Amino acid sequence: MQYQNIFTTVQAVGPTHHGVELGHGNSPRTGEPYIEYWLGRIGNAQLGPIYLGGLGIASLMCGLIAFVTIGLNMLASVNWNPIQFVRQLFWLALEPPAPGYGLGIPPMNQGGWWLFTGFFLTVSLLLWWARMYRRARELGLGTHIPWAFAAAIWLYLVLGLFRPILMGSWGEAVPFGIFPHLDWTAAFSLRYGNLFYNPFHALSIVFLYGSVLLFAMHGATILAVGRYGGEREIEQIVDRGTASERAALFWRWTMGFNATMESIHRWAWWFAVLCPLAGGIGILLTGTVVDNWYLWAVKHGVAPPYPAVFPEVVDPATLSGVKP
Amino acid sequence: MKKSQLLLSAGLALLVLLTGCERPPTDTVQHGYRGTGMVQVYNPRTMELKEEENTIPPSLPALPGDGPKASQVYKNVKVLGNLSVNEFTRLMLSMTSWVAPAEGCAYCHNPANFAEDVKYTKVVARRMIEMTRHINADWKVHVAETGVTCYTCHRGNPVPNNIWHKEEEQAKGADFIGDRAGQNLAANSVVGTSLPSDPFTPFLLGELDIRVNGTTALPNGNRHSIKQAEWTYGLMTHMSSALGVNCTYCHNTQSFSNWNGNPPQRSTAWYGIRMARDLNKDYMEPLASVFPEHRLGPTGDAPKANCATCHQGAYKPLFGQSMLKDHPQLAGPGTGLDKTTLAKK
Repeated sequence: MQYQNIFTTVQAVGPTHHGVELGHGNSPRTGEPYIEYWLGRIGNAQLGPIYLGGLGIASLMCGLIAFVTIGLNMLASVNWNPIQFVRQLFWLALEPPAPGYGLGIPPMNQGGWWLFTGFFLTVSLLLWWARMYRRARELGLGTHIPWAFAAAIWLYLVLGLFRPILMGSWGEAVPFGIFPHLDWTAAFSLRYGNLFYNPFHALSIVFLYGSVLLFAMHGATILAVGRYGGEREIEQIVDRGTASERAALFWRWTMGFNATMESIHRWAWWFAVLCPLAGGIGILLTGTVVDNWYLWAVKHGVAPPYPAVFPEVVDPATLSGVKP
Repeated sequence: MKKSQLLLSAGLALLVLLTGCERPPTDTVQHGYRGTGMVQVYNPRTMELKEEENTIPPSLPALPGDGPKASQVYKNVKVLGNLSVNEFTRLMLSMTSWVAPAEGCAYCHNPANFAEDVKYTKVVARRMIEMTRHINADWKVHVAETGVTCYTCHRGNPVPNNIWHKEEEQAKGADFIGDRAGQNLAANSVVGTSLPSDPFTPFLLGELDIRVNGTTALPNGNRHSIKQAEWTYGLMTHMSSALGVNCTYCHNTQSFSNWNGNPPQRSTAWYGIRMARDLNKDYMEPLASVFPEHRLGPTGDAPKANCATCHQGAYKPLFGQSMLKDHPQLAGPGTGLDKTTLAKK
């Protein structure tokens, strides 16, 4: 039972550590670190310090401007009623301009606030990306983390910037709101003839579910060899009889092939990164290159024909020539 | 905290979350090709309630149609003058029980002089009889031979339970911040979603495009936006809940726009949309000057009909039981226009 755990059972507690000295041009880290037992149950017990730096502060400020603008618009949309604001929070939104405004600058209340928010949110994300890149380099790491983040930013930019520009209308972009952005997603699929026939949407789902599968496999494997110190994955990689080798052998003997302790992380990274990359391509092609994915799929033999079950139905609009 | 306490509270939290769900089991009925998801989901407990709500009242015994005409005996009979006095009286009694069972004749008539048009309700009722005949005679493509009577909508209420008014424009103050663009509140009209909350004005009174899909695989000048799709989605959400059915009742969801391989109900529904439009434009809106202020909407418009007005949660109003067959006096005459002309209006 000792190793069938959900939470981290062993907490190594020592003196708090401020981290290595930073080189020239870095600001000092902020916050006096301390030990928090409950954090230790799910991760490292030491909280802080954090490196803010110029990029971090600028990013947080831009993000805060976007966040507050969305909140104020939501609050104003229920006539500044705080109770309705809380009750309807998931329904409220800041909408992009009406399509009639094209790519022009609309009045503030007809989508101007959306553009304003979008600008600051985008700047905030890009600054945070630059911050991640810099922190990785300063610590002597590779830049895998910022590039993975960039894949998510790609999808965000496709949805809110690249595709609206190609379509010639900010109105194509996503509203800022919980349910409204889900309505947008459904309406997007409805408008463009069923996104399930978009092959890049399909690919994106493959990588999404694939990521989940890989994460479950890898997480389970490492926990399962925890009794042999398997969490020290990489340092055991070349040795015989280690937790690492047992983990590898488990998969070789169950499915013939096994990843290595190094390559499994490459698998995970690519699956995760390809999910938004493929998804973004699918979104970018929708409306710009393909208008109706169902008809596209029929044209290319992707959508299967089904036997007729119902008596033939004719579109009444074609019979009478009326407004459909 | 002990482990058992932790488990208990986690279990309780899960239970609280589950209260938002409909209790199983539900029945599913397949009506399309296997594997295509063409399935209707019914909750047998809800259906039981609905069946109770949709029992029809017994009809008064039919009376002979001979004898003097109502127009010869009574004054100011403008629409039903052709009926025999027997039929006329029977219809008046039936209407009272369908529309104003508590208020009685005096809801529409001046008890001192039944012929007078002093009450607005009498003027409206007269127009509604014309509307009922128009529906039964000219809109068979939607109501078939089942037809409608006053009871289809009224169900014993002077004002039908499901009516709609044009939505009041959002109070935007200086119009500087907080525009909702007609959506983004939990609205009953669209079943508590954040979809545009008045899809009726553009589609069931106006005739804006409901279809937003392109008819070609590649872009070919179709400029309908995602926002427009949300308005269509709002209308369809209303239709789905008004009929108590899933999308798949009318649509093959493989492609919402494609008519090939769709259930024939979709065509009936298409005419239903035109029928609602026709009734709202020609019958309900002009009555705005007749209705007293408390019957008008926030923008001063007359009450209007949508799918729920008749259907009230049933795929066919009153689950397809015809009351019209007992009241042939309501079957016509209509305006004589054919369905194509009507749909074009």
